[in-house]
Amino acid sequence: MKTAIIVFPGSNRERDMAVALRRSFGTEPLMIWHKDLDLPSVDLIVVPGGFSYGDYLRAGAMGAHSPVMRTVKERADQGVPVLGVCNGFQTLTEAGMLPGALMRNAGLKFVCRTVHLRVETAQSMFTSGYAAGQTIAVPVAHNDGNYYADDVTLDRLEDRGLVAFRYVDAEGAPSDEANPNGSRRGIAGIFNDTKTVLGLMPHPEDAIDPLHGGTDGRGLFDGLARALA
Amino acid sequence: MTIPNVAITPELVAEHGLSDDEYAVLLTIMGREPNITELGIFSVMWSEHCSYKSSKRWLKTLPTEGPHVIQGPGENAGVIDIGDGLAAVFKIESHNHPSFIEPYQGAATGVGGILRDVFTMGARPVANLNALRFGSPDHPKTRHLIAGVVGGIGGYGNCVGVPTVAGEVNFHPAYNGNILVNAMTVGLARADRIFYSAAAGPGNSVVYVGAKTGRDGIHGATMASAEFSEDSEEKRPTVQVGDPFTEKLLIEACLELMQKDCIIAIQDMGAAGLTSSSVEMAGKGGLGIELDLDRVPVRETGMTAYEIMLSESQERMLMIIRPESEAEARAVFDKWDLDFAVIGKVTETGRIVLRMDGSVQAEIPVGPLVTEAPEYDRPHVAAPKRPMIAASDVPAPDSLCGALASLMECPDLASRRWIWEQYDHLVMGDTMIRPGADSGVVRVQDTDRGLALTVDCTPRYCVADPEIGGAQAVVETWRNITAVGATPLAITNNLNFGNPQKPEIMGQIVGCVAGMGAACRALDYPVVSGNVSLYNETEGQAILPTPVIGGVGLIDDVHKLCTPSLKAAGHALVVIGQPADRHDGWLGASLYLREIAGREEGAPPPLDLAAERRTGDLVRGLIGDGAVTACHDVGDGGLLVAIAEMALAARGLGARIEVPAGARAHAWCFGEDQGRYVVATADTDRILSAAAAAGVPATVVGATTADGDLTVADGDRISLETLRRRHEAWLPGYMAGGG
Repeated sequence: MKTAIIVFPGSNRERDMAVALRRSFGTEPLMIWHKDLDLPSVDLIVVPGGFSYGDYLRAGAMGAHSPVMRTVKERADQGVPVLGVCNGFQTLTEAGMLPGALMRNAGLKFVCRTVHLRVETAQSMFTSGYAAGQTIAVPVAHNDGNYYADDVTLDRLEDRGLVAFRYVDAEGAPSDEANPNGSRRGIAGIFNDTKTVLGLMPHPEDAIDPLHGGTDGRGLFDGLARALA
Repeated sequence: MTIPNVAITPELVAEHGLSDDEYAVLLTIMGREPNITELGIFSVMWSEHCSYKSSKRWLKTLPTEGPHVIQGPGENAGVIDIGDGLAAVFKIESHNHPSFIEPYQGAATGVGGILRDVFTMGARPVANLNALRFGSPDHPKTRHLIAGVVGGIGGYGNCVGVPTVAGEVNFHPAYNGNILVNAMTVGLARADRIFYSAAAGPGNSVVYVGAKTGRDGIHGATMASAEFSEDSEEKRPTVQVGDPFTEKLLIEACLELMQKDCIIAIQDMGAAGLTSSSVEMAGKGGLGIELDLDRVPVRETGMTAYEIMLSESQERMLMIIRPESEAEARAVFDKWDLDFAVIGKVTETGRIVLRMDGSVQAEIPVGPLVTEAPEYDRPHVAAPKRPMIAASDVPAPDSLCGALASLMECPDLASRRWIWEQYDHLVMGDTMIRPGADSGVVRVQDTDRGLALTVDCTPRYCVADPEIGGAQAVVETWRNITAVGATPLAITNNLNFGNPQKPEIMGQIVGCVAGMGAACRALDYPVVSGNVSLYNETEGQAILPTPVIGGVGLIDDVHKLCTPSLKAAGHALVVIGQPADRHDGWLGASLYLREIAGREEGAPPPLDLAAERRTGDLVRGLIGDGAVTACHDVGDGGLLVAIAEMALAARGLGARIEVPAGARAHAWCFGEDQGRYVVATADTDRILSAAAAAGVPATVVGATTADGDLTVADGDRISLETLRRRHEAWLPGYMAGGG
């Protein structure tokens, strides 16, 4: 199985992602530099965390318009699974591949901490390694993770089961205190209509080793590897 | 353009910070009157910041060698061998003055500068740390300075993708007009691929890479070498502006080029920019350099030679490469969209020659500029010894747990979570111990080895007794590394003091350095890099002497790391290092004395360096053997604070403490006697017998419980949830106040 990680100037969690993919897929991911225009045929494309092009405009706004993202979008349209984490999620929303937007955190500060997420559905290749309703602990590290979409869009996401993860407390209950960035309805990650694209703010790739303080992030990558096998 | 016709008046010389004597030496070296560009170059090279003229004599007394030292002080950063063909490269540096004037950019560019010092040597930065000192929380500027400094450190470090894994923060009115921002970076390199700064090979090309040069930061090094006055904020234009994205590109481009065989020498442009980088490279190589300033990438038109040479624009590097490597090197920088300009060549003349618009703008012999830099043996007087304070003269609190709660929410002990949650401490995926423990630990990528990192200093001890304080700062880093189970290897230091031309300040410097040296020798713990920041005074008010130590240690197997967090109920709590018969704790210069009794006085707790080493070696061995389940050093606030911190790091557990019969309870709980650790263990006998065999005192002082309370024997108790709330509440509450 082949996977690819898109590397923008300013990406900084591409290695964390590579470690996670290598562990679950058993193969070395291709690192695709943003200037490389021919993306090989792969089974999974990942847009990793970081500050693409410095994010001096809106986070992900420049990345969304880079030539390599046109290719990523074409592949996604053909059904190739795409995972966007943190800056990758921001980039996918800016590129119109996922609805809504990631705004500045409600607290106006960067936030790096372990949060709890409720897995809203196991009915996807990305979440098949979890049980629906399961609570997992993974870290966030972002300045602009405040998910916003209008009520119509949010209702539609909920009705179609396209909310992947929601911020909750350790007992699995949503609350304002458990929401690290003010995201509407506590949304931490969403799918596209076909559930072949997932964007999420938290970093499952930084929770795959007992020495990380937990391994709850493994389920996402192990589930993906099984689903794509 | 011709050389600006500026008359070199005595006033102009004085404005450039040169004394009459220094100017006389300059005239002898030059054999003529300098022009304005030449005067500017001498000014920055001979500034305190670049020349270490007041401190050099004392820095030379520090031990800098050891079996694992690859490179000691004198390069961009220190280098130590960590085995398996790898090296750790690290340094700490101050950005105090800029951070007071413009906290966000000052702190951000402090991080940027220290990152460059490390990757310049061929190392990928893998961890950042910082040591911060702010004024009294009541001072009207403090809140704004904290917000800006923390924002700047996070803004820069988070973007470049280097985790910030540890740090320390103190508050004291002595920093009201002069905060301290010390930033440390640790990198990893192949031990046989370290890059140095000495130019070599006449005819080789001098290459400028990175960001363009603007008018920002001109004379930053001179500003950093003078006292502050009330109008210092007018100096805001001399503070540089950081661009972490360009830095990230520069890191990747330089490390990529370092994989090839192109670079002869490399140096970052830090303080004094192009001047210090070119002069230092030529000086170390015993060669000359010719620069064509017309080829320097500039951001603005009409810049003079003076401005180009003294600009402190950020994210720039200077390299020496072979002319035949130019195309290969340029391709790497093109890939990363960074400027790459050949701006000169190495010569045999021993002179630095600057040309612009077809005329020579400056010509200075490099050797004397470097070797005849002034060096002073400034008069110094030792601080008078302070009297010991007997515990019996310090009032006991109504309730020990009440006093504990007051201490745990005081500015110097309250939780720093509000700060470190703004730092990405997890990026790179190798953070094994997060901020808030004794040391931060990062795993060496793709191995089981880990680097334990900490920064420490206790300024209230340093002002009370500089020699003890200097030694204690070193020892505290050694202890913090030991407490996670790692072996301390070497340190970097950041000496922050007031005006060295005042004998009492110079006395603090001399005392602290003497103490540091004694501790380093006793612990085989050499100094491999450092930075000196003097003139930290505003309106004649000096900061507390603050010799910050950054310690680096190694653990062979990160699975054996130990943390302060209690793991289970029913484990014994054992103090290792405290004589069982010494019940009266040391309250002089303690936090209890200051926060509870309202007194800042007394001699600080003494150190026994031989016992320190014995104790630490024992504790490290016990951790390695798996005999302890939690470990924490006893530091600020004393034993009860240490145990409370261990309990708060866990969830749902508690601890019961037994004050020994005959002990003066408040001194026993809050005394800051040195050389001690608290461990939790399921095998008390093993700990006690190992301690007895090592000749180290060890005493069972209590046990862990499942009740969620901290209980001191006589029924004096506090719920850990209450304690946690108070401990966590202070800083966010403070920062939210005042709008």
